[in-house]
Amino acid sequence: MSVYLDNAATTPVRPEVLVEYTKYLTLLGNPSSVHTSGQQVRQALEEARESLAKTIDCDRSEVLFTSGGTESDNLAIKGIYWQRNSDDAKRNVIITAGTEHHGVIDPIEWLEAQQNAEVVLVPVNFDGEIDLNWLAEYLKANHEKVALISLMWANNETGVVTDIVAVTSLAKTYSIPVHSDAVAAFGHIPTSFKNSGLQAMSISAHKIGGPVGVGALIVSRNTKLVSIIHGGGQERGMRSGTMNAPAAKAFALAAAICIQNLISEIERVQQLRNRLITEVLAITSTISLTGGQANRLANISHFTLAGASGESLLFLLDQKGIFVSTGSACQAGVNRPSHVLIAMGRTEDQAKGCLRITFGHESTESDVDAVIKELPAAIESALKAGLSSQ
Amino acid sequence: MKVLAAMSGGVDSAVAAARAVEAGHEVVGVHLALSRMPGTLRTGSRGCCTIEDSMDAQRAANLIGIPYYVWDFSEKFKAEVVDDFISEYQSGRTPNPCMRCNERIKFAALLEKALALGFDAVCTGHYASIFSDDEGNLELHRSMALAKDQSYVLGVLTVDQLKHSMFPIGHTASKDEIRAEAAARGLSVAAKPDSYDICFIPEGDTQDWLAERLGSTAGEIVDMEGNVLGNHQGAHGFTVGQRKGLQLGKPAVDGKPRYVLAVDVISNKVVVGPQQALAVVELSGDRFTWCGKPKENPEIFFDAHVQVRAHGEQVPASVAVVDGALVMRLEEPILGVAPGQTAVVYLGTRVLAQTTIDRTVSAVDAFSTGSASAGA
Repeated sequence: MSVYLDNAATTPVRPEVLVEYTKYLTLLGNPSSVHTSGQQVRQALEEARESLAKTIDCDRSEVLFTSGGTESDNLAIKGIYWQRNSDDAKRNVIITAGTEHHGVIDPIEWLEAQQNAEVVLVPVNFDGEIDLNWLAEYLKANHEKVALISLMWANNETGVVTDIVAVTSLAKTYSIPVHSDAVAAFGHIPTSFKNSGLQAMSISAHKIGGPVGVGALIVSRNTKLVSIIHGGGQERGMRSGTMNAPAAKAFALAAAICIQNLISEIERVQQLRNRLITEVLAITSTISLTGGQANRLANISHFTLAGASGESLLFLLDQKGIFVSTGSACQAGVNRPSHVLIAMGRTEDQAKGCLRITFGHESTESDVDAVIKELPAAIESALKAGLSSQ
Repeated sequence: MKVLAAMSGGVDSAVAAARAVEAGHEVVGVHLALSRMPGTLRTGSRGCCTIEDSMDAQRAANLIGIPYYVWDFSEKFKAEVVDDFISEYQSGRTPNPCMRCNERIKFAALLEKALALGFDAVCTGHYASIFSDDEGNLELHRSMALAKDQSYVLGVLTVDQLKHSMFPIGHTASKDEIRAEAAARGLSVAAKPDSYDICFIPEGDTQDWLAERLGSTAGEIVDMEGNVLGNHQGAHGFTVGQRKGLQLGKPAVDGKPRYVLAVDVISNKVVVGPQQALAVVELSGDRFTWCGKPKENPEIFFDAHVQVRAHGEQVPASVAVVDGALVMRLEEPILGVAPGQTAVVYLGTRVLAQTTIDRTVSAVDAFSTGSASAGA
């Protein structure tokens, strides 16, 4: 028996989504072909676009399908930066925060290293919230230099939610475009694009019961960006390459189910979450909830345990068939001190003792029972093993 | 037993893990991440710090059918092995980082963590064997595959470490046999090249790597009488016994090649001389350990063999503990032994003890190293 509590990494594909996905995989035709066969697939793609637009609360033409969250982040950040910088060369500042996902941080660092961008990080407090007053002051003094702002809607490690409307209200005064990585937020809290004031927003299918390999960048109609992939000019010329209609269909259905049940699902997951947190914090006084004072997603709970490594906890729970995460690992699979926790003012040691438990649409009370049953012994052993890399 | 198989991504540790499974143990594969920046060290199949190696280890674990994890020992590795390597060179000594890694990481930090997490033993792909004597005392012995024997680098293991160590391929006739077995098991690492170099030195160029970290201060190359023969660009670039790269314009009076006899980091001088001056007849070290049961009455000289390099020949010696130091009087001189190297004492095929060499006594008068001449 296994207990999957790593839904922030990826979620199980919903059965009805799988049916939809495989159905359209058998449909022959390139959506760009002019014949009837191609038009059928084009129709499926556009149905998906329209349906997804409804769940996001945006115009259908604002949906650009991509391969996932990372591509969407890259397209938004590089595309808007290049556009703004070519319109006005003195706009080279990109405002972001140290708690962002690597899909955002890395393209920005690349622009800094290769394209003369200047990175400005909004300070983040102990609970992972960005300092909006600081941002207001900074913009007041430096708005002429700013190319764009990219701040995530909700953090994938801690679940801490950003007040996106507050950010866009500040930026609007100076007509500075704002991008938000909403991969963790979409499908877990209401994320109306229209009301957000954003110019671009990244979302991904596999975090909400859809397949891996498909995402979208929502780009407001009045926002110009330079393409990062050149070719056949698909997706308003901003994302060349044959469109993936089956994946788009699957994504749209997963999103529709999610949004339809959003309020009741949030309540259900909150109950699981509240019990989990109460019981985990009761195990030992050395464990603490991250972002405890902040507004957080219901599905993500992040803890730090002093004097133990997340690596040990993960191993011990995995041995019991409980799949959780530390929240950060490199490509070689090494548990690294989380850059998110470091940005929130934790030390390297504190940022190593992490445990992230994340719920999804299939999570139940019995999953909470299982983790609560196994966690005390795991914590005891992990503390014994200590921070053995030191 | 619950066994942690340390998997480097190479063929030896993969076969060792497979054999541990077949022996009926509950085995979990663990790859040690040793670089502070994974993925930035050497690529290719020669080190033990690359993503490629981690992936190879994972693939092998999948094929063997065991769970697999990567554990981060990079901080400890840096502090205990890399920094130690640099500071030993800085003091003019020649360290063995693989030995240090076994002593401080694989059979210390890793073993401790494994025991804390519920394992009974750590299994590695080293070529060496653990046997127990008639009274049940554990002994470490040379591998049957003498050409691959790694008992030297395991000489640091104490009896408590031996109790929790397993070397499933130690009793194998040759490396070829291991490769054939790996191929038969369908392990893709079967033909992966051996690693020879130091895993944390990306380009394999130790001198350049050290120069980057220690800087280089030019100094003199002198003969045994102190006559200046040339200049060098940094004393740490030289090791005792080195012949190449001295760049001395003038040939020796006797026309024979000259060798590095000593590296004096305080005066920043490299001393060179004829090959016979490299001959060492006695070694001693203050920091020694017994591997398994200690020798009875060790203060009385006994016959043994001594090995000073991982792939060196052993020489017959008379050994005893004198004033708290392990003293080895060699029956045949060894050329170019430097303080900082490890001497391992063997009784037959059994590893008895090891020490880091502090002092050497030269066959040529007045050319001993270390603060004092011991023993003789």
